[in-house]
Amino acid sequence: MNFALFRCCPTSIFLKQYESSTDAVLRKLGVQFTDIKEFNCCGYPLKNIDARAYALAGARNLALAEKNGVNILTFCNCCFNSLKHVRHTLQENPALGQDINTVLAKEGLTYQNPVEIKHLFEVLISDIGLDTIREKVVKSFSDLKIATHYGCHILRPQDIVRFDNPIAPTIFDQLVELTGAKSIDWQTKLDCCGSPLLGVDDELSLDLTQKKIKDAKASGADYLCSACVYCQLQFDRVQKMLISRRNEAQPLPSILYTQLLGLSLGIDETELGISRNELDAKDIINFQA
Amino acid sequence: MFFTVSLYIALAVFAIGLLFKVSTWFRYSLSPAAANISSGKRVAAAAKGILLTVFSLKILTLLKVLVLEVLLQTRTLKESLLRWWMHMLIYGGFMLLLLMHALDKIVSVSLFSDYYATLNPFMFLRDLFGLMVMVGLALALYRRFFMKIPRLKTNPLDHYAIIILAVIMVSGFLLEGIKITSYTRYQEMVEAYGEAGDEEELKALESLWVKEYGVVSPELKGPFEDDVIEKGRELNESCISCHSRPQWAFLGYGTAKIIAPAAVALDEAGAPRFLWIIHFLACFIGLAYLPFSKMFHIIASPVSLLANAVMDPLTSDPANIATRQIMELDACTHCGTCTLRCSVGVVFEEIPNVNILPSEKIASLKRLASGKNISQQDIRTIQEGLYLCTNCLRCTGVCPVGINLQELWFSAREALLQKDCPELLILSPLSLYRGLMQPALPDDVYQKPIALINDVIVNRFKAIDQEHPTFPAQMDKGLKRTLDISAPGSTFSYCFTCKTCTSACPVVHNFEHPWEALGLVPHQIMHATALGLGDLIFSSKMLWACLGCYQCQQQCPQGVRVADVLYELKNLAFKQLKEPLSKG
Repeated sequence: MNFALFRCCPTSIFLKQYESSTDAVLRKLGVQFTDIKEFNCCGYPLKNIDARAYALAGARNLALAEKNGVNILTFCNCCFNSLKHVRHTLQENPALGQDINTVLAKEGLTYQNPVEIKHLFEVLISDIGLDTIREKVVKSFSDLKIATHYGCHILRPQDIVRFDNPIAPTIFDQLVELTGAKSIDWQTKLDCCGSPLLGVDDELSLDLTQKKIKDAKASGADYLCSACVYCQLQFDRVQKMLISRRNEAQPLPSILYTQLLGLSLGIDETELGISRNELDAKDIINFQA
Repeated sequence: MFFTVSLYIALAVFAIGLLFKVSTWFRYSLSPAAANISSGKRVAAAAKGILLTVFSLKILTLLKVLVLEVLLQTRTLKESLLRWWMHMLIYGGFMLLLLMHALDKIVSVSLFSDYYATLNPFMFLRDLFGLMVMVGLALALYRRFFMKIPRLKTNPLDHYAIIILAVIMVSGFLLEGIKITSYTRYQEMVEAYGEAGDEEELKALESLWVKEYGVVSPELKGPFEDDVIEKGRELNESCISCHSRPQWAFLGYGTAKIIAPAAVALDEAGAPRFLWIIHFLACFIGLAYLPFSKMFHIIASPVSLLANAVMDPLTSDPANIATRQIMELDACTHCGTCTLRCSVGVVFEEIPNVNILPSEKIASLKRLASGKNISQQDIRTIQEGLYLCTNCLRCTGVCPVGINLQELWFSAREALLQKDCPELLILSPLSLYRGLMQPALPDDVYQKPIALINDVIVNRFKAIDQEHPTFPAQMDKGLKRTLDISAPGSTFSYCFTCKTCTSACPVVHNFEHPWEALGLVPHQIMHATALGLGDLIFSSKMLWACLGCYQCQQQCPQGVRVADVLYELKNLAFKQLKEPLSKG
């Protein structure tokens, strides 16, 4: 079945390279996808405020995918988690589903048969397969140590997202390692990046980010690697702010997984938008054979 | 006389209105920073900017935008074919009517030496252009009132625009139709242009005009003898050099056929003159009111498209950005494209604040920019609408007139946030944008609204009665019941306070003395929920510092959906906080 690519809201201003690198990687791997311009916010920022508004926003996206006969493919953990959460809630709570359908009916939409919501990683692992991707790697990395950051919302709560073992996940590590890089062990690997509190409680948000970066550095990482819009913004743009505000010495640049994989697949670095990263990650190509 | 006087009055009102509106571009402002730049400086900066642009290579960009985006309206085309046809028909048809018909003595006469309003191709073209406008208007009505476009709002200004155009067009066609049938008009023409003939000749000519030109005569009715018609045709030779057959004015002719039975009575009652007065008065009212109606977009929208094509928000003079922003408010046509594509527009269905919808924010921003007194309550509503935005840039990308909406929201939002009106939504990930834009804001400006909302929480929810610290905090039996509604919320009751959630929490870990920094920690919040201690929970910093990372929930041995319970508690607190704020 065809996928509709769900493009997370902040990307258009702050993380265009996640869109371009995902597009490029999917094209390279022959994954068909479309865009549904009617899609709205996944609902994630509304979860604190109003559970019904959160569910409505998510359900409208699901209804749109259903109407177009496609499944949803997201590259953001928070979008992935929110849409799955809403789908779960609607199955658990049919009365809410009815209310939402009354609202959706106003614009000729209805939510009936839940579509599949897939994270980019699930498409890579199950729809394409590690071996197939490995065969397409033309410029593999060597001696590159990556601190793989899963991001909370792809792992937890496990009974809803059903992605990987939430205590000892391996999928992202395997994906990193097929590029030839080494995914190192680090203690705070599964901790939050700090993004949800940015703009709310900056000191706390920065504390959490700083702690992770420090740990990744101490564990010998050359780069961080993330696969979530919010995490990447935190490790890239916010780390840059952090360096100037807290007089940190050396940054630890973060690279998007699609950029890492794209480089190893031989995709041009301008297409992957490496130079758009706030913290210079261009030197990563020096690790390529 | 009446015509001339009303024309000049309309022109004068239009000119004064235009001057007034354009002056607001330099006088009004959305942000305190912009308000500090004097109008004089803004005029000077605009003049300099325009000169520097016109005499640079950017002129090529301007020309390209003028042709593609202003004249051919490619931005609308990209968004919707129906709307493109609608707008092209109305604007194309109306502009052509304006030039060829309304301004015929200035334009048509000087371009075409053989111009006569009653002669083809002009006679046919007038009706063709009119038909274009009518079809466009029909599409507009269909879109506004019959299509299921989610959250498309139609306001009095939209009604006015459709009505004034409809009155101009319908009165025009009725006038044309009735003039075709008018016997008085026929006689006037014979007197003015006809060569005097005997009675028989005049009768023959009249017969021909009744038979073939749609004139309704009070005396002569068909059928006519062939030789009479032939004679009439001979006499008509001198007429056809400046009067084509009215069938070419197909809409007017159709109207004439429909009203034919009543034509004599209408003619005698002076209907042609009455309709003529309605027709030109409607045009003059449209002209005089143009600067104050949404029709002002005819002037402001092209300016917006051109200005945005050559201005770079990062390098442009702040004075010019301030001016452009106010001009953009006038450029808005209230077409609703931004609302249709808005990432959070759907939320309006749950949180019925029209300021969530970008197309509706513009009206509020106009009020803000004009500096009029706005109630605290209105400020709160507008601010909520402005904050409930994921800053996805889609509105800006799709705006058919190229308004940098994103930048407008940012300016207005930051200005409002300084007005001492606490914004609850700051406590949500919607603050990501503000957080990322922090380097662009002075530190006090950035911190003030965050401190303000934190104060509200401290003051609204009493953690512990300081005078009687041993008294328990207020118990609220309703709290548990509210959480019982949802399956995840009710799981708090499985908690046996093993503290696994607290041990797993990265926020708790961040502090050496979590109780001091956070108030209650997660397992205590679960316990306090069971006890119904709402205020104690809502006043805990822990609740507002929860990241939603789900470590607590994932590790709970009892299946308490800790993070989900925290989310529900936050929702509840939001409701309680919102109520008093909404009442001002």
